[in-house]
Amino acid sequence: MTTSTFFLAILVLSAAAYTLGLKRAMAVAKPAGGLSRLHSRPAHYATLTALWCALPALAVFSLWLALEPVVVKALVVADLPEELSRLSTGRLNLVYNDIKNLVAGNFLGTAADPALAAAAAHYRQLKTISQAALAVLVLTGALAGTVVVHRKIKPTLRARNQVETIFRVILFLCSSIAVFTTVAIVLSVLFEAIRFFQSVSPGEFFFGLKWSPQLAIRADQVGSSGAFGAIPVFLGTVLISAIAMTVAAPTGLLAAIYLSEYAGPRLRAVAKPLMEILAGIPTVVYGFFAALTVAPLIRSGGSLLGLEASSESALAAGLVMGIMIIPFVSSLSDDVLNAVPQSLRDGSYGLGATQSETIRQVLIPAALPGIVGGLLLGVSRAIGETMIVVMAAGLAANLTVNPLQAVTTVTVQIVTLLVGDQEFDSPKTLAAFALGLVLFVATLILNIIALYIVRKYREQYE
Amino acid sequence: MISTLSFVHSGAVKRGLQASGAIPSRFTVGDAAVQPTVGEPFSDQARMSCRQVNVYYGAKQSIIDVSLDIGRNEVVAMIGPSGCGKSTFIRCLNRMNDTIPGCRVDGTITLDGVDIYGKEIDVVPLRAQVGMVFQKPNPFPKSIYQNVAYGPKIHGLAQSRAELDEIVETSLRRAGLWDEVKDRLDQPGTSLSGGQQQRLCIARTIAVSPEVILMDEPCSALDPIATSVIEDLIGELKSQYSIAIVTHSMQQAARVSQRTAYLHLGKLLEVGQTERIFTRPRHPLTEAYITGRFG
Ligand SMILES: Nc1ncnc2c1ncn2[C@@H]1O[C@H](COP(=O)(O)OP(=O)(O)O)[C@@H](O)[C@H]1O
Ligand SMILES: [Mg+2]
Repeated sequence: MTTSTFFLAILVLSAAAYTLGLKRAMAVAKPAGGLSRLHSRPAHYATLTALWCALPALAVFSLWLALEPVVVKALVVADLPEELSRLSTGRLNLVYNDIKNLVAGNFLGTAADPALAAAAAHYRQLKTISQAALAVLVLTGALAGTVVVHRKIKPTLRARNQVETIFRVILFLCSSIAVFTTVAIVLSVLFEAIRFFQSVSPGEFFFGLKWSPQLAIRADQVGSSGAFGAIPVFLGTVLISAIAMTVAAPTGLLAAIYLSEYAGPRLRAVAKPLMEILAGIPTVVYGFFAALTVAPLIRSGGSLLGLEASSESALAAGLVMGIMIIPFVSSLSDDVLNAVPQSLRDGSYGLGATQSETIRQVLIPAALPGIVGGLLLGVSRAIGETMIVVMAAGLAANLTVNPLQAVTTVTVQIVTLLVGDQEFDSPKTLAAFALGLVLFVATLILNIIALYIVRKYREQYE
Repeated sequence: MISTLSFVHSGAVKRGLQASGAIPSRFTVGDAAVQPTVGEPFSDQARMSCRQVNVYYGAKQSIIDVSLDIGRNEVVAMIGPSGCGKSTFIRCLNRMNDTIPGCRVDGTITLDGVDIYGKEIDVVPLRAQVGMVFQKPNPFPKSIYQNVAYGPKIHGLAQSRAELDEIVETSLRRAGLWDEVKDRLDQPGTSLSGGQQQRLCIARTIAVSPEVILMDEPCSALDPIATSVIEDLIGELKSQYSIAIVTHSMQQAARVSQRTAYLHLGKLLEVGQTERIFTRPRHPLTEAYITGRFG
C-alpha cells in the first residue's frame, strides 16, 4: 500500500462513514420525534463518524511508518549468515544498503553474493507481509471506529461537542509540531555548539581577534593551525548592519510618512504594491546587483576620490542590504502611523498646527514605539541576511571598520564553513554551530524586544 | 496674544468687513423649496455669522442652507438626530472640514465680520481663534504641561519659559484642572481619567486664547460626575468666550445653553431661546424630537 493509495482509501472510507453517520442520525431522529430532538445537527453525527473512521486508520499508518523499517531490518539482519551478522554496525549498514539496492534492482556490482541474494529475497518477502498487514490493520481500525460510533449515535449523544474537542486536539497537534521543530533545532544547534566549545574555549571564540578556521589537513602542512577568534566576524556583521540601517531607517521612515500622510489615494494605491514587490525580490538578485553593479561603482568612485576600495566591500553589501530592508521598515512604519487615531490629528489641526508640525510633534511621538519596533525587526533581518553578503562583502575576516574594505559576517562564515566535504566533528565544522547559536540568540533578543515594544504600543490605543 | 483680526494677513483686503453690511439680517427666501428656519437664528451681538451655508461631501449634500449667528458670551447648543449634520456644521466654523478630502463648503461664514473662507485667510491663526474640543478626549502623547503648551508654542504666544508657564497655569486653572494636576505636570496626559483628559483638552484649547470654542459632544464619553464638572466649566467659560456645543442630551442643552438650534437632515429647522424651545417648540419636527418620538 503506497502512501497515496492509503490516503485515497481513507478518504473513500470516511466519505462512506459520513453517509452512514448521516443516515443513522436521521434514523434515530425519527422515532424520537424529528430532527429537533437530536442534541446536535445530523452533520455533526456524520462528521464524528467520519473522524472516528479516519483517525484510527491514520494512527495505524503513522505507527507503521515509524516501526516498519526498524522491524524489517532487525528480521533481515537476524537471518543473515553468521559471517555477515558479526560485522561492525557501520559495515552492517552498508551490507543492508546493498540488500535494499538489490531489491530495488539497481545493484551495480558483479554477480550478487548468494548470501545477499537470499537476504534480498527475505527482505522482499517481509515487505509483502508488512504491506498486507498494514492494509488489514488500517481497514480494521477504520471499520472498528465507524462501527463503534455508529452504534453510539443516539439523540442524546453530544456529537457537536465531541467534534469540537477532536478539532481542538488536531489544531493543538499541528501547532505543537511547529513548536517542537523549533525546540529541536535550537537544541541541536546548542549541543553542537557545546561540542565546539569543548575544543575551543569560549574566551577565545568571543574575544579572539583572529579568525582563520582552516585546519591543517595533513600534519606537515604549514600555516593552517586554525584560529577561532570571532570578533572580526561579529564586527563585520555589525558594520554591514549599521550601514544597511543607515540607509533603510531614514529612507523607510520618510517614505512611510509621505505615503501615509501626504500621498493621495491614487499614488498610495500604486506605490504601496510597488514597495511590496521590492520586498519580494529574492535576496540572491540583490546579491548579484550588489556584487556586479554597486561594488564596481564604489570601487571606481573610491579611486576617483583617491580612496583605496577593494572590489568587495562592506559598503556595497550594506547599501544594497539597506535597500532590501527599506520596504520592511516603511511598511511597518506606515502601519503604525495609520494606527494613530484620527482624533489626535484632528486635535492638532484644531489648534492650528500645520501638517508637518502635526507629524513631527504628535504623530511621530505617538507612533514612536511602533517605529522603533519596526526598526529592530529590520536590524534582525540585516543581521541574518546571507545571500547579499556572501556575494558582495567578501570572505576575508578583516578586523576593520573601514566600509571600503572587504569584511565578512557571521552568516557568510557559516556558509563557507559548511560548503564542500566536511568532517562533522572537526572544530571547523562545529564552529558554524557556535556562530549559528550566536546569530540565533542575537536575533531572538532583538525580536523579543521589538515585539514587546510593538505590543505595548498597541495597548496604548485600544 | 493674537488680536481679533490677526487671521487676516497684513496688507490683505479686509473685504469681510464690508461684506458684513451686506449680510441679510432677515431670511430672504429665494427658493420656495427651502423652508426658512423657525425662530430666532440671528443675534444682535453676533461673533460668528453663517449665511446660506451648504456643505457637500463629494456629490452628497450634508448641510442645506443653514443661517445662524453665535453671539457674544453665548452658548448655542446644536441638537438633532444622529447624522443630521451637527458635527459637519460646527467643523465649518473653524474650517476643520478643509482636512477632509472631497468636502466643499459654500455660503458665508464670518468671524467678527471677516469672511473666514476668504482667499487671504490663513487657517492656522483662524483655528487658534476658533478652538475645538472633540467628542473623545484626545490628549497628545506628551506630558500634561506639553499638551497645554503645544498650541502657544506653535503660535509663538510666549516669549519666555516663564510666560509659557503662566499660560499653562492660567489655562489649567480656567479649565478647573490646575489643583488636580499641579504636582504632576510632567506625567503623560494619557495618565489622567477620562473627565480630566477632556478638561485637559479644554485647557489646551483655551491656551491659544480663542474667541469662540466649538465642542462636539464633549461629554459623550464621560461619566455623569465628569459630565457635570464639564457643564459647570462651560457655564464659567461663557463669560469670556462664545461657545457652540453639539450634544445628544437635551438635558445638557437645557442646562448649559442660552439658545438651542435643531438640525434635521442637514436643515436648520428651528432656533430659539433654550427655555422656549424645550417648552413651546414651534416646528412639529422639533417637538417630535424633544418629546422623544425619534432620535
Ligand atoms: N467624512 C465624511 N465623508 C462623507 N460623508 C460624511 C463625512 N462625515 C459625515 N458625513 C455624512 O454627513 C452627514 C452628517 O454627518 P455628521 O455631521 O457627522 O452628523 P452628526 O454629527 O449630526 O451625527 C451624515 O450623513 C454622514 O454620513
Ligand atoms: Mg457628530
